[in-house]
Amino acid sequence: MPILQPIGRTFLTFLEATGRLTLFTVLSLSHCLRPPFYPRLVYRQMVEIGYYSLPVVGLTAIFTGMVLALQSYTGFARFSAESAIPNVVVVSITRELGPVLAGLMVAGRVGASMAAEIGTMRVTEQIDALDTLATNPFKYLIAPRLIAGLTMLPILVLIADIIGVFGGYIVSTQKLGFNPVTYLTNTWDFIEVQDVVSGLVKAAVFGFLVTLMGCYHGYNSRGGAQGVGTATTNAVVSASILILSFNYFITELFFAR
Amino acid sequence: MKNGPAPQPSNGQAPATTGVPKIAIRGLTKAFGDKVVLDGVDLDIAEGESMLVIGGSGSGKSVLLKCILGLLHPDAGSIEVDGEEVVGLYGEDLDRVRRKFGMLFQNAALFDSLAVWENVAFGLIQGQRMDRDEAHKIAIDRLGAVGLGEDVALLMPAELSGGMRKRVGLARAIATNPEIIFFDEPTTGLDPIMGDIIDRLIVKCVKELGATALSITHDMASARRISDRVAMLYKGKIIWVGATKEIDRSGNPYVDQFIHGHAEGPIQMQVRDF
Repeated sequence: MPILQPIGRTFLTFLEATGRLTLFTVLSLSHCLRPPFYPRLVYRQMVEIGYYSLPVVGLTAIFTGMVLALQSYTGFARFSAESAIPNVVVVSITRELGPVLAGLMVAGRVGASMAAEIGTMRVTEQIDALDTLATNPFKYLIAPRLIAGLTMLPILVLIADIIGVFGGYIVSTQKLGFNPVTYLTNTWDFIEVQDVVSGLVKAAVFGFLVTLMGCYHGYNSRGGAQGVGTATTNAVVSASILILSFNYFITELFFAR
Repeated sequence: MKNGPAPQPSNGQAPATTGVPKIAIRGLTKAFGDKVVLDGVDLDIAEGESMLVIGGSGSGKSVLLKCILGLLHPDAGSIEVDGEEVVGLYGEDLDRVRRKFGMLFQNAALFDSLAVWENVAFGLIQGQRMDRDEAHKIAIDRLGAVGLGEDVALLMPAELSGGMRKRVGLARAIATNPEIIFFDEPTTGLDPIMGDIIDRLIVKCVKELGATALSITHDMASARRISDRVAMLYKGKIIWVGATKEIDRSGNPYVDQFIHGHAEGPIQMQVRDF
């Protein structure tokens, strides 16, 4: 009995958490679609998520593209297959590394700050104050963030794709002796619409997941500064895990045949 | 000689008004897990009166307010505002009832991301969809009513002192001309002089609006200044209700112990030794 008890309890806790998260998600989505809308707040969140994440996402992308070119060169040079490098760079960046790394960086930057902000609003009764002022916190706090996350991440990833390919181009032409024109022609020939589209779909899903986790953990935080700290950690960790697992499933959806 | 949970133990001070009470609470019960916080609370608050609930820390005073505002869902019981049942309301119906209320939170609960005037005007702009310029005018007017000048209006809440935050919270609570105002420990965390200033502002604002007030506190000096009637909450029940000026002659040992702040008496605080 003492062995079964903790297993059962863990399982029940898991079910409870899943149910609560599902309800939260459905409620949030329904408030995204029903008026009143808050365009000013959506705009502010778009700037916060999209514009202010540009430097960190851009830096991540350029170094990833650069290292990708360098690493694949050391591998491919053994088989005299250096000409495949533009292909490797562009496909890896647009399909996987662009969306995943941008998603993870935004999870650390935006997800954490959302959880901390909403969590602090919870523990200082600001969310109760919203309710008593006849303003729905789901509409006022959560819907603008979800909408901004869903729309801004694809744009960020599109920019990251370009910067990442550019990083590979720099290393290949400056360090590895590629002809700039050939490199760009090869890149353009190899790239397919589906590569980019699948990456952007991933980005939209990741943007939703990151903001959802930030809002969910912040909204449900309890117990002062420590509770807010826990909420922030949970938001980043759960968003990261969800990004990596959803990445697999979306990839399978697009490319498994 | 415990008075028991009789709905309105009359100590010779029956409520002055007749007819439907502004807020009528019957058999309100709320538990968190095994811990029963409210255990059948019965309380009537007449229109225009200033009711105050006293009770020790953790006696469920805040939970009572939050149940009335629909922030917490009671396990059982009924709450009627103007004769309308509010337990179980949601969405637009709940918002409609909430527009009757204003609330001053314990630590003011100002929105950090908004300037002072936007905080005060929040209920007007978001709740009533008022034009921003018009709401700004009213916000400045309300800030004036609590003794804050126009220069404060553009500050952020983080730049304010504790007393100023309370004043801004009060201005926000009265901005929409609510019919009912709740005060959650209005003087906690303030020095005695600032406490007195806030109390006077509360009395003035409530009187000017002609509002019904429900406050909770454990500051007896404040209690005597702001209330007409006092109810004492103990172990999840209202054990005494009476006029504030009669509180020293309540004849109730629980009330006596509380207002004099004695450690010895019928109330046993749960102090655990570690």
